[in-house]
Amino acid sequence: MSDASTTAERLTYREACRQAIREAIIADPRVFLMGEDVGRYGGCYAVTKGLMAELGEDRIRDTPLSESAFVGAGIGAAMAGMRPIVEVMTCNFSLLALDQILNNAATIPHMSGGQFAVPLVLRLATGAGRQLAAQHSHSLEGWFAHIPGLRILAPATIEDARHMLAPALADPNPVLIFEHVMLYNMEGTLDPAVTGVDIAHAKVRRPGSDVTLVTYGGSLFKTLAAAEMLAGEGLSAEVIDLRVLRPLDMVTVVDSVSRTRRVVIIDEGWRSGSLSAEVAMRLVEEAFFELDAPIRRVCAREVPIPYPAHLERAALPQPETIAAAARSLVRPS
Amino acid sequence: MTVFRMPSLGADMESGTLVEWLVRPGDRVKRGDVVAVVETAKGAIEIEVFQDGVVRALIAEPGAVVPVGAPLAEIAAEGAAAEVAPAPPTPQPAVTPPKAPAGPTAAPPPQAGRVRVTPAARRRAAALGIALERLRGTGVDGAICLADLPSPAPPKRVPAGFDPAAMRAAIAAAMSRSKREIPHYYLSETVDVSAALDRLTRINAERDPPARLLPAAILLRAAALAIAATPEVNGWWEDGRFRAADGVHVGWAVALRGGGLIAPAIRDADRLALDPLMAALRDLVQRARGFALRGSELTSASITITNLGERGAASVLPVIHPPQVAMLGIGRIVVRPWVVDGTVQPRQVVTLTLAGDHRATDGHVGGLLLTRLAALLADAERL
Amino acid sequence: MSEAKVHLDRAHGLKLLREMMRIRAFEARCAELYQAEKIRGFLHLYDGQEAVAVGIMQALEPRDAVIATYREHGQALARGIAMRPLMAEMLGKLEGTCRGRGGSMHIFDRATRFYGGNAIVGGGLPLSLGVALADAMQKRDAVTACFFGEGAADEGEFHESLNLASLWRLPVLFVCENNRYSMGTPLGVAEAEPEIWRKAAGYRMGGEAVDGMDVVAVEVAARRAVARIRQGGGPHLLECLTYRFRAHSMFDAQLYRTKEEVASWRERDPIVRLQRWLEQAGHLHGDDLAVLGAEVAAEVEDAVAFAEAGTLEPVEELERFVTMDEVPS
Repeated sequence: MSDASTTAERLTYREACRQAIREAIIADPRVFLMGEDVGRYGGCYAVTKGLMAELGEDRIRDTPLSESAFVGAGIGAAMAGMRPIVEVMTCNFSLLALDQILNNAATIPHMSGGQFAVPLVLRLATGAGRQLAAQHSHSLEGWFAHIPGLRILAPATIEDARHMLAPALADPNPVLIFEHVMLYNMEGTLDPAVTGVDIAHAKVRRPGSDVTLVTYGGSLFKTLAAAEMLAGEGLSAEVIDLRVLRPLDMVTVVDSVSRTRRVVIIDEGWRSGSLSAEVAMRLVEEAFFELDAPIRRVCAREVPIPYPAHLERAALPQPETIAAAARSLVRPS
Repeated sequence: MTVFRMPSLGADMESGTLVEWLVRPGDRVKRGDVVAVVETAKGAIEIEVFQDGVVRALIAEPGAVVPVGAPLAEIAAEGAAAEVAPAPPTPQPAVTPPKAPAGPTAAPPPQAGRVRVTPAARRRAAALGIALERLRGTGVDGAICLADLPSPAPPKRVPAGFDPAAMRAAIAAAMSRSKREIPHYYLSETVDVSAALDRLTRINAERDPPARLLPAAILLRAAALAIAATPEVNGWWEDGRFRAADGVHVGWAVALRGGGLIAPAIRDADRLALDPLMAALRDLVQRARGFALRGSELTSASITITNLGERGAASVLPVIHPPQVAMLGIGRIVVRPWVVDGTVQPRQVVTLTLAGDHRATDGHVGGLLLTRLAALLADAERL
Repeated sequence: MSEAKVHLDRAHGLKLLREMMRIRAFEARCAELYQAEKIRGFLHLYDGQEAVAVGIMQALEPRDAVIATYREHGQALARGIAMRPLMAEMLGKLEGTCRGRGGSMHIFDRATRFYGGNAIVGGGLPLSLGVALADAMQKRDAVTACFFGEGAADEGEFHESLNLASLWRLPVLFVCENNRYSMGTPLGVAEAEPEIWRKAAGYRMGGEAVDGMDVVAVEVAARRAVARIRQGGGPHLLECLTYRFRAHSMFDAQLYRTKEEVASWRERDPIVRLQRWLEQAGHLHGDDLAVLGAEVAAEVEDAVAFAEAGTLEPVEELERFVTMDEVPS
């Protein structure tokens, strides 16, 4: 046990994703990866760097810029016995494949009366923060979380990046994994004792007693930073990482809010009709009488995300804005 | 018109439970009349009014725990029955616009006369029978929130028909589950409590017997502080993981005279000073034996202590009460030869034994708890 | 009968005729049931296009796969899905191919590798790539026949799919059923290049057009194309020039075409055409046609009775299969 813990290597989120893909392809002949620039280029975010050379062009497939065709091909291949991993370079481009995801992947199992499953994994980069301007900074995971039949994952930690893929591939249903672009460079270590994670539960990332901060993905670390700021003021914030955006693990959220009785939901998606709106409404449905303060949200501002750094920053949730929202609940002036 | 409030019947009285009203709305009362019976930590007390007038409204309902100073009833001056009710004694809370920087939509201004109450506060107020209109809100947007209400839940009388067989069965089920599911580990430490008992002796010297502190109080005080410093043992093992408690809610094992055992909780025991703790202990034991515990007291304990007391054994290996993850056993205080500063002296010592759930903690954590407890007992002036 | 050559003897001729008559009779009954409100939703009839589905299916083996559109009753019957569950599906009954959940536009059948009636124009094309890719990666010698209308050629998915299929040399037979109208929009209004088969050249893919009102011509072309695909020749685009005699769907006033035009196409009715040919070739004797007609009618009535006697899926099952507990094998 001590041997294992001393060999814990430092790695990036990107490398954790790569290890997971490599391991899955080696472990199962039905698994392959396809997408734009995943092979020779090594992946837009270098996640798949070196994998084509190692695993071959049959298992790591460069596709033309045809999101609908290769996402649909992934669905068809999944229906016909394979376990494809399809990388949609960024979720911004997933809109070009939305018909396939919604009208085929999410509906065929039910529509066919259970004759066909779609055991497909889609990986999509998501989020803003790199000054990529309005068309490359979307956070669309909340949209996809609207769709029955899909499982939506948002790995925020290196552990989840490393271990969520295997259960996603084992899931008989289409699973969309949203990897936030600001996390790829994040460095950390893996606990060697952890050999797998579930893809069903939210996780309390920091316990606290005065207010619950519910978030996921790229906003997790901003939220943890906010909790740290609050701790310096004597306010104890509990931080929940949703991890799974559909189906939502409301048990963990309700349990926390029942203790703290105050909640702020942090979501990089736009506020209107967002995932944060869904979490808030579920709390109203399931924990109304536990609430001792209004529910607050910190979302992206309702604008196309602009290019200049100061405007982009202003458009997104930040530790200061998260802390201020929490403070306004715990210590109303 | 005046508001008749829960009187303070002693410096250590924080609240009282309204047992019954002896008047009804419309009754004429005069100064000195007994109008209600209130249960306090010191027993049931009849309370009187200090003015003449007519009872206009009963605000609190029997069973409600009412903090000192909180409204019980409205009494109108004699002959003023027709006067228009004045504005509530507390002004409507000023509504401040939401300050969330992400700019939540501003709440609409409150309608005149509408009291803002959070859902949780409304539910608790209803359970306590408290009229919200008389409270001043300190929550968001001036809403009445939980902090503006007394915390205890309303008493729930255990049915009078106590069934020893049923209790035996319940104990059997809980203890069997404990030994079946919980991998116990045990740690034991015998500590010198002479200093702590000396302190008690000094305090008690100035007091009448009913107000004296028992050793259990100081042991519980020290244990609660040690538990607060060791949150890993304070909570529950649920669904394969540990859930920390939101406060130190010490279950205190009480042996019942008819046989059986019950361990009602003292909530937030670490926040109670010696005197309130002693009062809470007395109250709890008395009510436990009278089967007058509240439902929440029977279910909310986050850790349990069994104190064998004067007639008990010298040490005890506790069986954890699931889903709790630890239990502390306190043996009988005994006089033993003890080495102090290199010489052997007769000292009062007690053996503390911690049973820990090995799924939730390892022996290291349990050891920390005992070390902290021993240090607290050695430095008894701080307790 | 998987060779490229077609032996049009009496037995095979009668088989082709029977298959087309089954589709025609099945759908005629569907139209009636629709007007009696037994069938609801959209109902797109294949009337006139029977030669395409029947001709193509002659070239396929059980190991092959089929993907079709929302006008897929013909493909379903010709592929070998039994008429009883098919009619039950039309009536939304639990005994249907998809427990009644799909209805007319969404026939799926795992046993015959029938990957669905897809009701988004062009939506089935990308799926066909995946089914073919899975077969190729798992070394199954199978061809996927992907049916779509000429309207789908206007969609981006047509381009994406033909490009990718050709790049990866996927074993897909793209069957474009050009019935000249995407709903009510004539070919010339929607297509810069109305000869769809010519688009194949842009993908370095084999392409050809065939008379889709001639079942034998379709079969011959399909056998030739499938044989080439099986030999590793990559995908192929087969444009079948055809015509639907009935409206686009049941609620269609057909303002976009003349009665004369429809009448002139009816002259080329594939069923009548094959009958005449068989008679001229001496393959159709005495009361052959009457017997065939009676057998087909009896099969349809049996299917209707089966469907009418069927049950409705319990509402408690509504959410079943939204997510699957396991991958069916």
